[in-house]
Amino acid sequence: MSWPLFAEQCLNGLQFGLMLFLLAAGLTLIFGIMDLINLAHGSLYMLGAYLVASLAQATGSFALGLALGVAATAAIGMALEIAVLRGLYRRDHLSQVLATFALIMIANETTRALWGVQPLVLNVPAALSGSVQLFAGIRYPAFRLLIIAVGLAVALALYFLVARTRLGMLVRAGASNREMAMVMGTDIRWLFTAVFGVGAGLCALAGAMLGPLLAVQVGMGENILILAFVTVVIGGIGSIRGAFVGALLIGIVDTFGRAFIPTGLRALLSPAVADVAGPSLASISIYLLMVGVLFWKPQGLFPARG
Amino acid sequence: MKKKLLCLALACFCAASALAAEKIKVGFITTLSGPGGVLGVAIRDGFNLALEHTGGKLGGLPAEVIIEDDQQKPDVAKQLADKLVKRDKVDFGTGIVFQNLLQAAQSSFLGAETFYVSPNTGPSDLAGANCNPYFFAVSWVSDSYSEASGKNMQDKGYKNVFVIAPNYPGGKDVVNGFKRYYKGAYAGEVYTKLGQLDYAVEISQIRAAKADAVFFFLPGGMGVNFLKQWHQAGMGVPLFGTGWSFDQDTLAAVGEPTLGALNAAHWNLDLDNAANKKFVADFEKKYGRLPNEYASQGYDAAMLIDAAVRDVKGKVEDKAALRRALEAANFKSTRGAFRFNKNHFPVQNYYLRQVVKDDKGRFVNKTVATIFTDHPDAYVAACKM
Repeated sequence: MSWPLFAEQCLNGLQFGLMLFLLAAGLTLIFGIMDLINLAHGSLYMLGAYLVASLAQATGSFALGLALGVAATAAIGMALEIAVLRGLYRRDHLSQVLATFALIMIANETTRALWGVQPLVLNVPAALSGSVQLFAGIRYPAFRLLIIAVGLAVALALYFLVARTRLGMLVRAGASNREMAMVMGTDIRWLFTAVFGVGAGLCALAGAMLGPLLAVQVGMGENILILAFVTVVIGGIGSIRGAFVGALLIGIVDTFGRAFIPTGLRALLSPAVADVAGPSLASISIYLLMVGVLFWKPQGLFPARG
Repeated sequence: MKKKLLCLALACFCAASALAAEKIKVGFITTLSGPGGVLGVAIRDGFNLALEHTGGKLGGLPAEVIIEDDQQKPDVAKQLADKLVKRDKVDFGTGIVFQNLLQAAQSSFLGAETFYVSPNTGPSDLAGANCNPYFFAVSWVSDSYSEASGKNMQDKGYKNVFVIAPNYPGGKDVVNGFKRYYKGAYAGEVYTKLGQLDYAVEISQIRAAKADAVFFFLPGGMGVNFLKQWHQAGMGVPLFGTGWSFDQDTLAAVGEPTLGALNAAHWNLDLDNAANKKFVADFEKKYGRLPNEYASQGYDAAMLIDAAVRDVKGKVEDKAALRRALEAANFKSTRGAFRFNKNHFPVQNYYLRQVVKDDKGRFVNKTVATIFTDHPDAYVAACKM
């Protein structure tokens, strides 16, 4: 294996991990603080991508569409929390799964009715549509570099928000012991709404950043939701730091699994066996990682609850 | 007395059913919702346009088309097929988009000796050892497009090709079709997870492998994702695919990243025959978009049924005569001359198409060469019919 290929695959893993982080950060907070299993998180991601794509088309500017779309999705998320999800906090997880699964179906059919069955076009801004020369022998798509930059910036901003601000302190308190935080006088209702809004906004940001790479279509949220849940479980429920490390781990393991397991196996086994085993092994590599983490650290890598 | 009357009534009823039917019932099961809904909508629209051209009739008799949505779920398709055959007693079945759905539903039609005209999926077993007197396909066998792609790349003299397809039986079948005609070396062969979203890893591998061309088969949303990412990576390696990845609906949705890509198919917008010109012009007038191959297959399925019913003068109960009429395929296909092989699959041309911008700024396929002329599928020899 050559060094440029290795470096390129590292960038791919980093980029994939950071996108997962945007989704998992919101999910882990909602799961950890509100104890709510929100399957509809993927629907907010889909909705965000659709809104950003439509608004970018209407305004003619990707940046403007991005800003408006993220704000609109955050607002929709907060409205959803107030109208529907608030009533579910006291219910058991089965009710939450059923209700949020229903939300997925409603979101999918509504999106299909509003935007049609065809995938939507969300084009990369012209300035970022090409690829750039990084080092000798490494060309990398400019837009993927932007994704890495945005992912790192959001991670830093979230770290600052959670570790350095009053809101972050309340979030941490809520995540480690919700009852105690309420007893100490925190207005937990508005905290929940705010957290849900931030989570929805991050979903929309992920949708907007991935929209130019992936098809913006109905059902896009379900594909990525499972990976986001795996991230949350690996990182530890309720922990932003855990989500960050977990997402990067998954990004790197998945990328390297796909890139190197099939070729590696071909060197060890007969081609017929390797061709069958390689791709299968590559696609379960992240679940093997999850099993390993849960075996040694059942609470995840960075458990938020003491 | 009462008994006698009943017998008389029954006798009349039986006698009447031996005469020409009063109307032709078609059971149309297709995928109208879910991610695959685009394809079912295209087939249905093509079928409906054909009915408009025949004045709402099939073979001169009023047509009743019962359209059902299978939601891309095999169990739903099976239930609908049972309902259409047993309760609605349809004369023909058609419409199914996906192979796994047809496999679930086919026994309901074929077991009840109801003719099924496939407007899309063409499983290789039905073309070969399991060919069936009641099954007809106006489309292709599932590896025909990749056979044509392989032949084209062999003829063009490519020596080191990179192949990428999803890791499921359908993906392997398509690659096998490609390998039947492309005999050069492989710079790499990658099978990805079905439904994979991001192809950055594979694109990096292709770049490192220094392939002189790439053949990809990634149906549906996977192909859209791959094309967008391929475009952004600025690869400069010629990209070849099957016509399924470059149908007109996909070109309209994906746009710029498809420009210049080469693909193989049995039909195109610009095929020069009277039936196709009428089809393309009227489709655009009726639906406000250009048709794709799925729509052309839906149109041809309806026209085949129309011709067969006309040839038996409406006596669809005479199954042997109806089969002969379907085999004769006395209709004007949008692909030009049409002929069935003995396995009830078409013997037809396959074309090389390239995505270009037309004078209205739309992305369309332009036919650049004929790859196969009167090409039979690879399975017909195994069919004992």
